Amino acid sequence: MADHILAIDVNGDRHRVLVTDQRTLLEVLREDLGLTGTKHGCDVGECGACTVLVDDKPVLSCLVIARQVDGSSVQTVEGLAHDGKPDLLQEAFAELGAAQCGYCTPGMLISARSLLDDNPDPTTEEVQAGLAGNLCRCTGYIKIFDAVRLAAARDRGL
Amino acid sequence: MTIRLPAFDYLTPETLEDAAQLLADPERSVVVVGGGTDVVPKMKRRQITPEVLVSLSRIESLHGIRIDESGACTIGASTTLAEIHDSTVVPEVFAAAAGDVASPQIRNSATVGGNLCLDTRCNYIDMSDSWRQASGYCLKDGGDTCWVAPRSNKCWAISSSDLATVAVALGGSVRLTSVRGERLIPIEALYNNDGMSYLTCAADEILVELVLPRGNGRATYRKLRRRGSIDFPLLGVAISARFDDAGMCVFARIVLGGIASAPLRAIEAEEFIVGRQLTDEVLEEAARLATQPARPQDNTDTGSRYRKWMVSVFVERALGDVAGDRA
Amino acid sequence: MTQSFSVVGKPLPRVDSMDQTMGKTQYVDDMTLPDMLVGRHLLSIHAHARILRIDTSRAESLPGVRGVITGSDLPITYGILPISQDEHALAVDRVRYVGEPVAAVAAVDAATAEEALGLIDVEYEPLDEVVTLEQAFADDRPILHGDGLGQNVHRSAALEFGDVEEGFARADYIREDVFFFGGNTHAALETHAALASYSQTGKLTLWSSTQVPHYVHRTLEKVLELPAGRIRVVAPAIGGGFGGKTDPFSHELTAAKLSMVTGKPVKINLSREEVFYAHRGRHPVLMWIKTGFENDGTITSMRFKTFLDGGAYGSYGVASLYYTGALQPTTYRIPNYRFEGVRVFTNKPPCGPKRGHGTPQPRFGLECQLDKAADHLGIDPATIRRRNAVEPFSTTVNHLRITSCALVECIDKVVEESGFAGKHRQLPSGRGVGLAVGAYMSGAGLPIYFNDMPQSEVQVKVDRGGGVTVFSMATDIGQGSTTMLATVIAESLGLEPADMIMVTADTDLTPVDLGSYSSRVTFMAGNAAVVAGRKIRSRVVQAVADELETEPGSIVAEHGRVGVAGDPDRSVSWADGVRLAIAATGPLVESGGYTAPKLAGSFRGAGVGISPAYSYSACVVEVDCDAATGIVKVERVWLAHDIGRALNPLLTEGQVEGGVYMGLGEALYEEHAFRGSLHRGPSLLDYKIPTALDMPPVETFLIESDDPEGPFGAKEVGQGPLLPVIPAVANAIHDALGVRIDEVPITPPKIVAALREVSRGRPGRVGPVTIPDYEFTRLTRVEVPEGFVTP
Repeated sequence: MADHILAIDVNGDRHRVLVTDQRTLLEVLREDLGLTGTKHGCDVGECGACTVLVDDKPVLSCLVIARQVDGSSVQTVEGLAHDGKPDLLQEAFAELGAAQCGYCTPGMLISARSLLDDNPDPTTEEVQAGLAGNLCRCTGYIKIFDAVRLAAARDRGL
Repeated sequence: MTIRLPAFDYLTPETLEDAAQLLADPERSVVVVGGGTDVVPKMKRRQITPEVLVSLSRIESLHGIRIDESGACTIGASTTLAEIHDSTVVPEVFAAAAGDVASPQIRNSATVGGNLCLDTRCNYIDMSDSWRQASGYCLKDGGDTCWVAPRSNKCWAISSSDLATVAVALGGSVRLTSVRGERLIPIEALYNNDGMSYLTCAADEILVELVLPRGNGRATYRKLRRRGSIDFPLLGVAISARFDDAGMCVFARIVLGGIASAPLRAIEAEEFIVGRQLTDEVLEEAARLATQPARPQDNTDTGSRYRKWMVSVFVERALGDVAGDRA
Repeated sequence: MTQSFSVVGKPLPRVDSMDQTMGKTQYVDDMTLPDMLVGRHLLSIHAHARILRIDTSRAESLPGVRGVITGSDLPITYGILPISQDEHALAVDRVRYVGEPVAAVAAVDAATAEEALGLIDVEYEPLDEVVTLEQAFADDRPILHGDGLGQNVHRSAALEFGDVEEGFARADYIREDVFFFGGNTHAALETHAALASYSQTGKLTLWSSTQVPHYVHRTLEKVLELPAGRIRVVAPAIGGGFGGKTDPFSHELTAAKLSMVTGKPVKINLSREEVFYAHRGRHPVLMWIKTGFENDGTITSMRFKTFLDGGAYGSYGVASLYYTGALQPTTYRIPNYRFEGVRVFTNKPPCGPKRGHGTPQPRFGLECQLDKAADHLGIDPATIRRRNAVEPFSTTVNHLRITSCALVECIDKVVEESGFAGKHRQLPSGRGVGLAVGAYMSGAGLPIYFNDMPQSEVQVKVDRGGGVTVFSMATDIGQGSTTMLATVIAESLGLEPADMIMVTADTDLTPVDLGSYSSRVTFMAGNAAVVAGRKIRSRVVQAVADELETEPGSIVAEHGRVGVAGDPDRSVSWADGVRLAIAATGPLVESGGYTAPKLAGSFRGAGVGISPAYSYSACVVEVDCDAATGIVKVERVWLAHDIGRALNPLLTEGQVEGGVYMGLGEALYEEHAFRGSLHRGPSLLDYKIPTALDMPPVETFLIESDDPEGPFGAKEVGQGPLLPVIPAVANAIHDALGVRIDEVPITPPKIVAALREVSRGRPGRVGPVTIPDYEFTRLTRVEVPEGFVTP
């Protein structure tokens, strides 16, 4: 049960973190790197609040053993902005009231970013499917769907 | 964050041989981990506390999908469910079923090897240690009673792998490796209808790949669950069948998932439809026959009676899927 | 005359929305303090047992453990209601449900804390459990609160308004129905967390995910025996509440105590499983309703009996009990009404207030029964509701004052928009539509503990640069109360909501607001803000008028300027206006308060249900049901809500959509289910909250009835829209399949079971048929209020 040095790239910054084998990626992000934007709602992969991108794919960081992603690049909600300018999704979520309590929002934004990267013009049904692993308890998802589609439209220059 | 992993050694062999060696360690309890989406929650709930986790993720040869000359599709154990879902060469029904597992994020981590070896599930055991203490540890948990069926000496935890059900219907095989060598067995032979020892392979054997033969018939998978996402199957029905030019069924496999501790073949129903045209009456009778071997218990959502009812509904509909345009 | 507003009525984003989407919003578990310890609770593994012995010595000697406490360290009882002070932070002598906290540890890290829990030795003597209503009414079970054997009745109520027998005597048609509403829970995404820091100077600070900092403050004062002035409670960003963070909780007290014991900050974050045990969710309610109708559907009389399974402790239970009887007459003119209800204790996690607090259950029964009656009488569902609808500015038979009321307009709107008339009983088999209505309070008329002080206070301070800081204890749990306050103040001062500096939910810094419960914040804190804003405004206007040598009446404050209306040359900037005011009359600090009018009748229980205003909702749900599987797909929901005035239509629409979502979850998916006394699945996998794929489109219609007492005419929206959704689903399923599922949640097995009954020639119904043979408290007969008009 030795400690290991984990080398990961988080939001474009390279980090070396001393971790035990049982450390999860979520714990590394929130506790070692102080990136508390990534939330947790269940700790066992049932809510989606801890969603982050690992090598551009959304995964549940509460289920990822940190050493499993040694050498990978990770993106969290703090890394969605480009040169300090919010991502279109971040603006659209804010503008349309897609965040109420805001707790599912970081994970939701990460899933949405991945969805739009794969599919720049999703239908509402495709948005629903893309966000199907992120529970929200406040909004009924409706304004979230609207915000994702608004960001997509703006991204396409509409 | 409140629920943490217990301590373990995390080993990341880069070759299959090394992995096999690590698993053969008689001194320590070793568990293989793929994407971790099954193993990590179980460890967080202290259902299992292995001393060593052997990750397969760094073994390059276990990644990827290939088609051989016979048209068989071989899927490396570490291939993720998302990769399978997105693949254009994997049998369509298998790719679709992969896309119905859990949630998008889980499909990006979870591997086919992990899903095929998914531990059997039960709502007396997939709980925290504190809950299990309150309930009393069950048979699968080191206790002496199965709370699902207290008079039974067998564990009734449920096979909850969507892909196992489909792979059995498709007549797939799995390649297993250990320090003793390699073997290829029909996937059906991998499973045991016992919630505790639900896999027939030895503890030190690694599932290396799944081989799905080239399909020359029709196949379907229907999954029952409460929500559109996240949930395990309460019932999965996979059917593969072939028909002659006259529309006569010449081959059929009907497999029920989520209803027993292993994917369950509905053999009587299979035998009944072979040699018949799939008329409405035939579908109905086949569905009735398929229900007979199903003995769902009250250890997941919706209870046993309903899931038993649903077997015939789902089998009938799934047969309708493969029958296509019929007389 | 149409009022004109500058920011009220505009669909502006939350004032903190960019922080939220950038991941900058801080919730309690995002906070760390230097040298902070991690706290954890040891949970009871028995539903009912005597604690014979707790030995913490092994845990205490584990390296890294800094403190271990048990019930004897916090011996003082508490509870949210003054009449239900029945909880201990950690069980004393006895545990009453699986998951009840028994001991707490503080350690240097999570792993050590967890290990320490395993080293606490507790010796229990199991006792007989009380799990069902029947067991609670039995004479041979142990009493949960007290010693010996007997009935476990927490509270019983029996009130009659008018003369129900007389009413039944003139009815053409009388029907009796029994319904059951299963328990469910809030499941806010953020699990409860508390961070306590006790300083060397003897001051305690607690950051907690609570909806009620004021009541937590009072509870800490009582249990810790610290002066209130030495305790500071702060609610930072809260990750959803829905009533689940409205009680004072064990972990708030144990984190504080552990910090006092160890001298270090202590954070406790409940696991998801612990949140299911902390619960305080929807009470399971068994109901019996007897209603008399005239042939045209007019209600002549109603009797309502409710049986609430309260779980192990009081919580808000006494209020919950009365709420199951209070609001039925707010939608329908019921000329004679008797309510009898009883809440029992059982060995399960305590129930409490969840969105709609005690009213969704009877609303479900009532709205389903109305449809059944309409069916029998050959009246359509919209007509029977319109026929009985209460009138604006009237009084109900149970002494509730109704002011603005757009119930009929709400019904008309959803009926029209959904095409209800053309669909009801006319869609193909498997498809159906259902209609239901509801009403909810804009804040409980009385505070939780008796006092004559304002229920909400707001302070506004303006600095010499014109910056406006608003101080209020109102707690934003996601509903948008902070944005609401910013909007109200900005409207008063002619500024933008985003320019307001908001200081909220901090007992050191902000004046009291009682908290985010009973949908009270917009109405009460909003009105307090109106008062404070007007005072600031009039001082600035007066100073500017003096400067411009004109009358204050001719001055307006808008778009950041203060001056003569319509004459930009004779105006000053807001900041200049502020400086003029400070120079003229001193520091520009003002406050406002709100106290609800005295509305309570004089009978026992009259305090529950009164409110300065009621919101109204009507809902149509369209479903597509698979008769073979019982799976219900909700195709679309239309919901009209009488909000008085939408201060911010974007946020209010969001509340409607969220309420519809939660209602659909309760109707079709969610159940806080138990096997005996053991929770069937305390996880977000087993407890089925709907996913993005399960949510239908919602069409929201905001109806503005302009309440005379609401801030700018506004009423509540956080809770009311949930109410009609659940019965509308049940009624739609009946329209689709012809079966009645008189039991929530309406799961696929129940639908299939009902259809199988039909195929055997029996009635297609699933639901309870009998109620316990329980003798209610002596009936209190209450005179019909003055001015009550019998229909």
